Amino acid sequence: MEYLRLEQWSPYAVGIAIGVLSWFTFLLSDKALGASTAYARTSGMIARLVGGKKVPENPYYRKFVLRIDWEWMLVLGIVVGAYISARLSGTFETTWVPALWAGTFGDAVGPRIATAFVGGIFMGFGSRWAGGCTSGHGISGTLQLTVVSWVAAVFFFIGGIVAAKLLFRVIGG
Amino acid sequence: MLTNIHQKKGLQLALGFAAGILFGFFLQKGGVTRYDVIVGQLLLEDFTVLKIMLAAVATGMLGVHALQSLKLVRLHPKPGSWNMAVWGGLLFGVGFAVLGYCPGTLAGAIGNGFLDAATGGLAGILVGAGLFAAVYGRIEKTILAKGDLKELTLPGLLKVGTWAAVLPAAALIVLVLWLLERAGL
Repeated sequence: MEYLRLEQWSPYAVGIAIGVLSWFTFLLSDKALGASTAYARTSGMIARLVGGKKVPENPYYRKFVLRIDWEWMLVLGIVVGAYISARLSGTFETTWVPALWAGTFGDAVGPRIATAFVGGIFMGFGSRWAGGCTSGHGISGTLQLTVVSWVAAVFFFIGGIVAAKLLFRVIGG
Repeated sequence: MLTNIHQKKGLQLALGFAAGILFGFFLQKGGVTRYDVIVGQLLLEDFTVLKIMLAAVATGMLGVHALQSLKLVRLHPKPGSWNMAVWGGLLFGVGFAVLGYCPGTLAGAIGNGFLDAATGGLAGILVGAGLFAAVYGRIEKTILAKGDLKELTLPGLLKVGTWAAVLPAAALIVLVLWLLERAGL
């Protein structure tokens, strides 16, 4: 029980736990861990709510039908699981601006939220373009030794490292 | 295969939710629901993200392929193309750095109380996914189809048996992790 209250676990313990979890999702649910389609479906559901009946006819939403599925519930579960872990270890905090960001760009809320929004657009668009995210390609795809997932995972980090260095070392100076 | 369990829709939604709770718990315990840890990785100053991912991949790889050899699971390699992986990967990478969370850890960050994730980040990712759906019909058979890799896996590419690829790949990952530790990262 004490272990569940620790602020942080060894990254290897966490990685092994996630790996073992993936055995069980394959075994019990015939599914691999992934997250980004849940956002695509949610986006379509919101568009249908405000926009209309034609949204489900979009070719993308014919492929990823607008319904709450296993992966959608998984992503909802992540919110709850992270909350439980944070509460147990006393690391739950409502913060607007992360410390690393504040150290370079200041602690004003507006710029950080605007940047998160722009970054989110790239993330949502890029993950669906690539056909997966750090979970779907980066963990589940690579563990199945899928070639496209290994290529995607490498380019997630190439793009990420270049963009982070530009943002913090060039723009942020 | 536990096909009778796989077909129970309500049960599967509950199992998905339960797996998510565990996943979110582990992500938070690993520290990767934090912007500083993720951006720290991309700045090559903190290797937590890579260590977690590689440990998960090696563990998952051995277990899932063992279950497959026992005919208890089937694999789900994603179909895709070079153009999807390279250009989608780079766009994702920019989002990774600028947002500071990925889709899974964004959900974890929301649970952790981080409001930049819950507001701008969540709104952005929904808009981005919606924009992609809007253009998908026009690029599906052109840009996205270029350099089709289908569902090719490493054993298929190298024309070797599953375990002849799995064991060296897992050993290589352990070696990389060992080298990271040795380098003091």
